[in-house]
Formats: sequence, structure tokens, C-alpha cells
Amino acid sequence: MQHYSMNLKLKIWRQKNINDQGHFEEYDVNNISSEMSFLEMIDVLNERLISEGSDSIAFDHDCREGICGMCSMVINGQPHGPWKGTTTCQLHMRAFKDGDQITIEPFRANAFPVVKDLMVSRTAFDRIIQAGGYISVNTGNAVDGNTLPIDKDMADESFAAAACIGCGACVAACKNASAMLFVSAKVSHLALLPQGAPERKQRVVSMIAQMDKEGFGSCTNTYACEAECPKEISVLNIARLNREYLNANLSGQ
Amino acid sequence: MALTGIFLVVFLVVHCYVNANVFFPNAEENFNRAAHFMGSNLLIRITEIGLFAGFILHIFQGYQLEIKNRASRKSRYAVTAGNKTSKWYSRSMAILGTLILLFLIIHLAHFWVPSRFGGLDEVYYDGEKFHNLYLKMKNTFAAPWVVIVYVLGCISLSWHLLHGVQSAAQTLGWTNKKYFPMIRNIGIVFSILVPLIFALMPLALYFGLQLDLENITLLF
Ligand code: HEM
Ligand code: SF4
Ligand code: FES
Repeated sequence: MQHYSMNLKLKIWRQKNINDQGHFEEYDVNNISSEMSFLEMIDVLNERLISEGSDSIAFDHDCREGICGMCSMVINGQPHGPWKGTTTCQLHMRAFKDGDQITIEPFRANAFPVVKDLMVSRTAFDRIIQAGGYISVNTGNAVDGNTLPIDKDMADESFAAAACIGCGACVAACKNASAMLFVSAKVSHLALLPQGAPERKQRVVSMIAQMDKEGFGSCTNTYACEAECPKEISVLNIARLNREYLNANLSGQ
Repeated sequence: MALTGIFLVVFLVVHCYVNANVFFPNAEENFNRAAHFMGSNLLIRITEIGLFAGFILHIFQGYQLEIKNRASRKSRYAVTAGNKTSKWYSRSMAILGTLILLFLIIHLAHFWVPSRFGGLDEVYYDGEKFHNLYLKMKNTFAAPWVVIVYVLGCISLSWHLLHGVQSAAQTLGWTNKKYFPMIRNIGIVFSILVPLIFALMPLALYFGLQLDLENITLLF
């Protein structure tokens, strides 16, 4: 593919702190290489803002290789931007053309308050994990691999659910700001494995209770979450979550 | 939501089946007899109370859900993905539901109110007295605006079900890798077929069409 450089008009959400109203500001950036990542493009803008003595744009990032789930931001209405199955840090500027206008907003949901500019607090997810997204094991030596035989299909399905990096794009994409895809991935990946069995029922009940407490909306199955998830977590996990929840409640958990 | 939705879907099937009489020969008598059975059988009258409760519960939960979900994102996006990532009708269930509700009020005022509280002509079959609901229907659907309202009502229902059927299955946890495509397809066929049959009723009465079973042609 041809390398090229582009000039862009950016409209970026600026918000001083959690209590600030927030507003959009416009920036021109020039000479952006098509081979840069989206975050590098913002780095370029930030370098300039710092050299001009103004406040740089705050955004979350860590690994910049699509595995940590820290990078967020909604790009032209799409969490993680226009590419399917891709995080913002892995989105490259070749997704855009010279002269494009790009609107960049934070993930918006009551449960994800904006801390500053494009940074949101996703501690609601941490509290959901703390409520049950774990297994209890005795400490000591690690168990030998393959001592516990696991059906290949189950292992694959569990692994597909475990690919969730907890980025929160599903919440950002959902018109109801529902966290069902995230919770369903976390519940599924343990419910499918024998190691997850002892706490299976209590886990799903506690995690859903915590999810509701955090102020996420309710799932109405529009499936925008699946379309935007950088790890392409399937909405069939949500059906499994509903089954797990129903079974746990029917058996008196 | 899912349980009341499925309950209403079951009602639609029964309602559609009974009303399909209007397409067949001897429509008037068969339809009036069926309507009489539905109106006089105790079990069905009790079910009717359940049906009203089902509607009210579904509508109440529907609005409650919509209000809660709208309130879950206080600061709105400047740009949204729209139809790129989800179907418009999946995002418009409350609006479609409201259109169905408006239609439902008109519909009950047309047929349910007179058949319960009087105002229908009477007709005799084998010496037994029946309400002539069929005549009422024929007169009602003589007005073009009524026919248009009914057809629009059915179109709203179709969109509502196109999302609703598979959504209810997903909510109840019935979907998985193997059955999801099948459930989705059943939902699509149902959501198009049933409202279509309903919509054909006012149209058939307005244009005076009826099925001739022996020749399978349309008689004028
Ligand atoms: C003949 C009438 C109706 C039928 C057969 C019907 C059927 C359904 C079904 C099957 C669902 C899916 C349940 C689920 O997702 O769990 C649904 C959802 C819904 N219905 Fe209805 N409905 C009817 C009338 C109405 C009316 C009058 C309203 C008025 C507000 C309404 C509002 C809703 C809402 C808000 C939802 C949930 C939205 C969603 O799941 O995305 N419905 N309906
Ligand atoms: S399900 Fe997908 S979109 Fe949601 S948190 Fe996990 S990786 Fe992110
Ligand atoms: S920075 Fe780690 S996934 Fe994007």
C-alpha cells in the first residue's frame, strides 16, 4: 500500500476534571504519516501543545499493542474507531484520508465518569471482577499442565471469552450503556472450565448484582457491542450469562 | 420483557388464526361463530384478563426499561455509529411499541368495546343468536383511512417483532452457536408473515376479496 501524509481537522473533547462540563475544541494537525498509529497522531499534537505551553490532551494507553485494554476514546462515533476487531492503539492513520474531519470523544456512560479529556474511570469493571471474576485455589506449586482433561470445544470457547481485555468499548457502543458483553465474557470463560465450577452459581449472581449497582443500563440485544468489540467477543456469551443467571436463581442462589 | 413479549406473540398466533376465517368461503358465519366462542367460553374470558395484564405489564416494563436505559448515559455523544453497528429497529423498540399501542387503542375501540358493551347487530344461524361482528368489520373497513391505519399498525408490529422475537430468545438464554441462526430465521419469517396476514384482512374486506379453496384463485 502507498504511504502518504495527510492534514486533518480534529474535534476533541476537553474536560478539566470530573466536575467540569466539558466542551469540544478544534485542532489542525499537518503532515501525519499514514503509517502512524492513531495514538501516535495524538502524541504529535500533544508535543506541539506542550511546546506552545498549553495543556496536553489526556488519554489512557499502556501496551500500545492491543492487549491491555487501556486505550479508549470514541472516534467518529465508534469506540476504537472504524476498523473491526482493532483497539485504538492498533488503528493506523491509513484508515483516514487527507482533509478528513475526525471527532474524538471519551467513552460516555454514567458508570464511566470522565476523569480528564478522553480519560474515563473504568473502576466499575474492577469492582465487578472483584465480586466474582476469579477462582479460589490453594497456593503452592502450580499444577502440572493437562492433569485436568478439558474438552477441546469447551477450552476453545472459554479461551475466546477470555480474550476480553476489559476495555469497556461494549459499554461505550451500547445505546443503553450496558455492560452485559463484558460480564458475559468474564462469566463464560470460567463457567466453561472445571476450575470455575465450584463458584459457578455464586459468581454469576454476585457479578450481576455488582453490575446493576454500578449504574449500567440494561441489555436490549441490539448487538452494537459485538460489532465494536476489539476482541470480537460473541453476543452468544450474553445468552450463556442469562442461562447461568437463571439456573443459579432457580436453584436458590 | 421477554416473557410478556413471548406471551403476546402466542396471543398473536391465536388471533391471527381466528381472523383468517375472513379469507375463506362462508366467512361471515364462520367468523361470527368463532368470535362468539371466543366471547362466551369462560376459560377464554379468564385468559382475556391475563392478556390485558400481559399487555399492561409489557408496556409498563417497556417504558420503564427505555427510561432507565436513556438515563444510563447522561452526557450524549456528538457523533454516533447509527446503522453501522446495529439495526435501526433494534434501537427503536419503544417508538415502535408506542405506535402499536396507539393502534391497539383504535383497534379496541373499533371491535372490542362494541362487542363487550353492546352496539352490534344480531344475526341468527340455525335459530341461535350471534353478534354480527363480521358486518361491523365490513363496515369499519369500508373507510380507506381505517384500512391505512391498520396497515401502518401491522408494519410497526412487523418491525417490533423483527427485533423482538430473537431478542426474547436471547434474553431467555435459548440461543447458542447451533440454534442462533435458526431462531433468527424463524423470527424473521414470523415477523413478516403474521403482520402480513393481519394487514391482508382489512385489505381483503375493503376490496371484497376472498379465497376460493377449490380453485385457489381470488374471487371478486
Ligand atoms: C402486539 C403487541 C406486542 C407484541 C407482540 C410485542 C412483542 C415483543 C417482544 C417479543 C419483545 C422482545 C422481548 C425481549 O427483548 O426480551 C418486545 C420487546 C419490547 N416491547 Fe413489545 N410487543 C408488543 C407491544 C408493545 C407495546 C404496545 C409497547 C409499548 C411501549 C412495547 C414496547 C417494547 C419494548 C420497549 C421492548 C424492549 C425493547 C428491547 O428488548 O429492545 N411493545 N416486544
Ligand atoms: S467484551 Fe470486548 S468491548 Fe467489552 S470490555 Fe471485553 S474486549 Fe472490551
Ligand atoms: S494501549 Fe493497550 S490495548 Fe491499546
